Amino acid sequence: MYQFNYQKAGSADEAASAVTAAEDGRFLAGGMTLIPTLKQRLAQPSDLVDLAGISDLVGIEDGGDSITIKGMTRHVDVANSDVVQSKIPALASLADNIGDPQVRNRGTIGGSLANNDPAADYPAAVLGLNATVITNTREIAAEDYFDGMFTTVLEEGELITAVRFPVPEKAAYTKFPNPASRYALVGVMVAQTGGDTRVAVTGAGQDGVFRAGDIESALSGNWSADAAKGVKMSDADLNSDIHASAEYRAHLISVMASRAVTAAG
Amino acid sequence: MTGTGIGASVKRVEDQRFLTGNGNYTDDINRPGQSHAWILRSPHAHATLKSVDTSKAEKADGVIAIFTGADMAADEIGGLPCGWQIHNKDGSPMLEPGHPPLAHEKVRYVGDQVAIVIAATRDAARDAAELIEIDYGVLPAVIDMDSALAGGTLVHDDVPNNRCFDWEIGEKDAVDEAFAAADHVVSIDLVNNRLIPNAMEPRAAISDFDRSTSQYTLFTTSQNPHVIRLLMGAFVLQIPEHKLRVVAPDVGGGFGSKIFHYAEEAILTWAAAKVHQPIKWTAERSESFATDAHGRDHESHAELALDKSGKFLGLRVATKANVGAYLSTFGSSVPTYLYATLLAGVYTTPAIYAEVQTVFTNTVPVDAYRGAGRPECTYLLERLVTKAAREVGIDPVELRKMNMIQPDQYPYQTPVALMYDCGDSPATFASALKASDYAGFEKRRAAAEKSGKLRGIGISTYVEACGIAPSAVAGALGARAGLYESAQVRVHPTGSVTVYTGTHNHGQGHETTFAQLVSESFGIPIDQIEISHGDTDQVQFGMGTYGSRSLAVGGPAILNACNKVIDKAKKIAAHIMEADVSDIEFADGKFTVAGTDKEMAFGEISLAAYVPHNYPIEEIEPGLDENAFYDPLNFSFPGGAHICEVEVDPETGDSEIISFTAVDDVGRVVNPMIVEGQVHGGLAQGVGQAMLEGCVYDDNGQLLTGSYMDYTMPRADDLPNFSVATQSVMGASNPLEVKGVGEVGAIGSPPAVVNAILDALAPLGVEDISMPATPLKVWQAIQESSVRQAAE
Ligand SMILES: Cc1cc2nc3c(=O)[nH]c(=O)nc-3n(C[C@H](O)[C@H](O)[C@H](O)COP(=O)(O)OP(=O)(O)OC[C@H]3O[C@@H](n4cnc5c(N)ncnc54)[C@H](O)[C@@H]3O)c2cc1C
Repeated sequence: MYQFNYQKAGSADEAASAVTAAEDGRFLAGGMTLIPTLKQRLAQPSDLVDLAGISDLVGIEDGGDSITIKGMTRHVDVANSDVVQSKIPALASLADNIGDPQVRNRGTIGGSLANNDPAADYPAAVLGLNATVITNTREIAAEDYFDGMFTTVLEEGELITAVRFPVPEKAAYTKFPNPASRYALVGVMVAQTGGDTRVAVTGAGQDGVFRAGDIESALSGNWSADAAKGVKMSDADLNSDIHASAEYRAHLISVMASRAVTAAG
Repeated sequence: MTGTGIGASVKRVEDQRFLTGNGNYTDDINRPGQSHAWILRSPHAHATLKSVDTSKAEKADGVIAIFTGADMAADEIGGLPCGWQIHNKDGSPMLEPGHPPLAHEKVRYVGDQVAIVIAATRDAARDAAELIEIDYGVLPAVIDMDSALAGGTLVHDDVPNNRCFDWEIGEKDAVDEAFAAADHVVSIDLVNNRLIPNAMEPRAAISDFDRSTSQYTLFTTSQNPHVIRLLMGAFVLQIPEHKLRVVAPDVGGGFGSKIFHYAEEAILTWAAAKVHQPIKWTAERSESFATDAHGRDHESHAELALDKSGKFLGLRVATKANVGAYLSTFGSSVPTYLYATLLAGVYTTPAIYAEVQTVFTNTVPVDAYRGAGRPECTYLLERLVTKAAREVGIDPVELRKMNMIQPDQYPYQTPVALMYDCGDSPATFASALKASDYAGFEKRRAAAEKSGKLRGIGISTYVEACGIAPSAVAGALGARAGLYESAQVRVHPTGSVTVYTGTHNHGQGHETTFAQLVSESFGIPIDQIEISHGDTDQVQFGMGTYGSRSLAVGGPAILNACNKVIDKAKKIAAHIMEADVSDIEFADGKFTVAGTDKEMAFGEISLAAYVPHNYPIEEIEPGLDENAFYDPLNFSFPGGAHICEVEVDPETGDSEIISFTAVDDVGRVVNPMIVEGQVHGGLAQGVGQAMLEGCVYDDNGQLLTGSYMDYTMPRADDLPNFSVATQSVMGASNPLEVKGVGEVGAIGSPPAVVNAILDALAPLGVEDISMPATPLKVWQAIQESSVRQAAE
């Protein structure tokens, strides 16, 4: 690690202005991604502004036809939340399968979405469930939020304060884990929300999370596992690495989507 | 009865300190006035060092000194030695290019040491290292063995075709004749995947130099501190043994990777005398991935000749083994004498010939890793035999049975040098078949099919050589050291005991198992016994722990020293109880005079030895402290049968181990719980090799699997609930009748797993899959087979 200044913010606004004021400031949430990056000397921020202890940033609110999860809410709390389990069980189980218990006890939804790892799970939930990312300055529709791997439309000093998920009629997330990291090799969220069918894929795309339009069309007319499996995905813009070829990922997208449809019922 | 003798499942006494965070590992140790080192490493796999400029770095905050390869070369520091000399087919010795501890003129793999920065803190050292300016003349890297043998790019200018040696064993003519007479010839091409050891504790070292006595001290994460003292002292730094103390304190796992003398040990020890300050270095996890010696990495072609009935007539094997950029300490012996001498396996194959070429590449050195040579051998044989069964149309169980060495054939001389002393492979095989309900498999296969899964069953039967080694045999084969073991058994005045052993405990439970030997011998409970190891200033000598040798070689040394203690104690007892020595009996911790009710406790005799008021002083010396060195007459030969059952999801290629049965013959079992734990650990690593772990370098020599993000370590949920049992023929080559258990799990299991996956995929026409059999590879194999079948 290189030297940096540590600051602890008392509120979301204080945190945002501290990051903006710093020469190269960063929010520190669960630290599960940021701290290893610093340890490997892959980043050299001048200031870390710790979000821990800002009570306004923690918690899950039941809004009736939506659920709002505050930015610093940990994966374990999403997984164990009665509200999430009863209204969007797909989201609870997604959170419950992120990393390992240590990671779930520290990692946060805001940190995960700000980082936008192309193999992370939450991006599939945000895009598949058509959520809204709420920051200290604005509300961003899922469609507009992700901007390629490890990139989002967040401005410098912009803080994710919450994410609002509309409650779907049905939804399920199926993940085929990378054998080594257990991030998603391919993760697929299928959902029907307000009559709208969405299929969001993480882990596979060169530009990060994306909607699988072909599977969405197939499912719109015929919500069935076979319909999803019948779609042959193109491997054109998919990742290829030592764990999976683009062709294998393309195949897994249809298989995971079909299993998600079965799970969603 | 103490209840803590041989055969008791005593809980591991060392676990108290490990589980409560009170272990004393190298990184836990701090010396007064200590400085910290950062090793600057090459980012290139192959490059000349055109210039190394440390001037800016030397001025950085906290820097004490910076040394480079040029500084070591100026001091005429020798290269790191290889411990085993192999000869080519033509009798000439292997090529041993120089292995400078700090690279000089050239770097040969990513991670090669370029400079050491010594500073007040580790961060200061690392900061300064970033200021060192190096002009690398980047050269093409040679990574795969075929390209290396083609010889375009040379890792070492003085090694043509990058070939270290071209060795053979067995009778070529006899094998050619066997093949000429064969009814069937079955051949196979296999890769034994390269593995990264991943001990939980990264390597670390602290060096110190005492100016008043010219005494060097090195604390290091080693499996064999005396070997490091010998290799580093005598061959690298020219420090005589009496001026060099090497301490391997608690060590958090080794699996072979901490046997070898590593460059950092020599660099730190040498530098300590320059800066007159203790120096501490601890590897980062990323450094462990990149610079701990890797394991396995073979490519083989093998052919088996059979007669009409299925009897094996001959075996021919050609193997290429990657040794990496430099010869590590045992890099030459693993793919030769620890590998090809076991090619008979459990079978009566009368003629065997093997040739092995070892190849330098721009990758980290490859050396012993849990099993070292024997897993490579077992994988080759058991894949080949399984393939033969399918091709010749004989049931794989029957084919094995009809070719197995029978119990009455021991001692059994193999055609590849080794003589198996004892064993009963048919018995362990029969037990494993029963325990796994092999006969009921087809029902389970049919049931799985209903839920869309492909179920398969795979067998592996094996024998391996442990108890390394009879020194004379090892010496005749090229070992540059003896391989006996030593023990000192020191009985204290009040009857408690400290044992100094030359083996090293780094997770195996020696502090418990060895104490049980003494408990059994002296009839005292193990809380009266301390096992001490790891410090060359305390322990007389020792060859350390590897090759499942500690109990088989170190155990008898302890036993012999205990017997010397008992012999002496009997003389003392005879004197005090006024009896003839021949009438003294010793059992359950009591010395008695036959035919009388006279008795003395063990502690009473030890007190008399140290307070010799009434003592046979003209006959024996005071004190009760005995030494023994033990050199075995033969290796020991554990063996057994492993049976694995898997289910494959044909849609995703994901395989799951449903059950795993291991029946192993490990000789006498001293602590059943520890033996079971050792088998579990070995099986986890074997499953890891078969399904999960694979080291990948790209064409430029960059390590793609340099962290847990990409290198799949087995996790608990990757493993089934193992069914393990021991079924032993008591070992014939040592007085304890033990054979060794540390490696059996990793040796026997990989082919059982892969054979099971292939059995599951057989209905789809899949004939081969390489390790690790990841979901990707299984899926691809299914695709290729369906494309092939569609074309046919
Ligand atoms: C071993 C391991 C396994 C993992 N497995 C998975 C997995 O299977 N699936 C998965 O999805 N993830 C996985 N993760 C990642 C995990 O979910 C992380 O918690 C997450 O990526 C980052 O969250 P964090 O709270 O730790 O953020 P931090 O590491 O603290 O921060 C990450 C980045 O986000 C920024 N940031 C943090 N909070 C905010 C905010 N509220 N607003 C704006 N910017 C912010 C930070 O400045 C930083 O740049 C794993 C991580 C580890 C270490």
